[in-house]
Amino acid sequence: MSRVRSLVAPVGVTVALVALWQLVVQGAHVHPWMLPAPSSVASSGWESRSSIMTNAVTTIEEAVAGLVIGSFAGVALAFVISLVPVVRRAVWPLVVTSQTIPVIVLAPLVAVWFGYGITPKVVLVALTAFFPVTVATVAGLAGADPELIELVRSFGASSSQVLRTVRIPAALEHIVAGVRIAAAYAVGSAVIGEYVGGTSGLGIFIDQAHRSYRTDSMLAGVAVIAISSIVLFGLVGVIGRRLTPWRDNPTPENRLIGIDT
Amino acid sequence: MLEVRELRHSYGDIDVLVVDALRVDDGAFVSIVGPSGCGKSTLLRIIAGLVAPTAGTIHIDDAPLPTTPGFAGFMPQHDRLLPWRTVRENAVLAADIDGVDRSVSSARADALFERFGLSGFEDAWPRALSGGMRQRVALLRTFLAERDLLLLDEPFGALDAITRRRMHGWLQEVLEADPRSVVFVTHDVDEALVLSDHVFVMSERPGRIVGAIEVPEPRPRPPGIVTSAEFVERKAQVLALLESSDG
Repeated sequence: MSRVRSLVAPVGVTVALVALWQLVVQGAHVHPWMLPAPSSVASSGWESRSSIMTNAVTTIEEAVAGLVIGSFAGVALAFVISLVPVVRRAVWPLVVTSQTIPVIVLAPLVAVWFGYGITPKVVLVALTAFFPVTVATVAGLAGADPELIELVRSFGASSSQVLRTVRIPAALEHIVAGVRIAAAYAVGSAVIGEYVGGTSGLGIFIDQAHRSYRTDSMLAGVAVIAISSIVLFGLVGVIGRRLTPWRDNPTPENRLIGIDT
Repeated sequence: MLEVRELRHSYGDIDVLVVDALRVDDGAFVSIVGPSGCGKSTLLRIIAGLVAPTAGTIHIDDAPLPTTPGFAGFMPQHDRLLPWRTVRENAVLAADIDGVDRSVSSARADALFERFGLSGFEDAWPRALSGGMRQRVALLRTFLAERDLLLLDEPFGALDAITRRRMHGWLQEVLEADPRSVVFVTHDVDEALVLSDHVFVMSERPGRIVGAIEVPEPRPRPPGIVTSAEFVERKAQVLALLESSDG
């Protein structure tokens, strides 16, 4: 019941905004090339549904593969950084600096190195995913409650046992949070990779719509990107809750926007 | 038998704890009573091997205590249950660290849940438990560590008076069935006198032992003991010792 009620406000606002958009476009006679009405966006999306589907599958594959690879790489790097102080001092500034380079700048370079297939897109997504996951994991491993660590040490735990019984489980919810942030950016990064060049993907679909002045198709593509991102974000949340069953369930409102606590 | 000899602990130039001699016989229940900040928790941490003393030694049956932790069953002030472990998994924590097979340690734990008032909650997450239940899980965890010496640091300090009195009766029952040596830190004089064979009174910083009271009545003791003339007189003695150590 409360779950349904929590949906009323956000759905209502969205419907109201779309209706307003429709009315403004019709009333002010905006040129469809500038801003098509939501109804024409929907109908153009429906017409090209099979093309959108095929392209969306490519983009989602790139995003998921990149997210998985980037997350594993991020967790692995975070463990090395956390456990070997020399590595932390040597590598941390580089990791942070790497984040000052925007994806859009990296995309052409990655294409030069990896060609125009699926690989450069996966690499691009992985590069954007790994940073939030690394930061979250390092924070999680370092932030374990010192009282819990003292407790397991009192029973004679070695440092690897402290890691297994306290630090890793304590880091798990931080890792999940990091992967969720990465998931929110994954589809977008894949699309940027596709803009640089390729044969399939939502980026390619939007680029072609752009070249043929089909603003309605472009917006349909944008909508699919948004929906894919939200689904991916939600999916990571569901998997994350499965991995940390000891945590309180989020309130329905917070679940909707993906906040767990 | 546990013996503390010429123990001193300082932070920089400031002595926080000076204990010339303290003895805990096998199977004895010894309480340490003192004002907050007198170093009684530090003393437990030193015996647990978690803090290295500035000077002095601790002997167990005339051999020096190993300097690494793990020798005693330590129960800190807060329950410190691991939130990602169920009640059962928390209970067998020490056995996990000792490398005991889970099937063995779980069976051992399952046999005790009822006595610890936890049956039905074996697979619950700690967040679902009340304060008193969490405390009992922590105590069960300490018992299941299978150490002869238990170090309990104000285990009931966070509980309300009624729950606390219930826990006293229950702790005595548990100890009667499964005797251990206990060092029990508290600032509750009644609690110390009800539970202990010996009550040591500590002064304010630096913490020194300013007196010891023996409680000869056999354990377990009924809750009504607190109104007996002997009990009241011993309580007066302890309070006088605490008073005299002021400042």
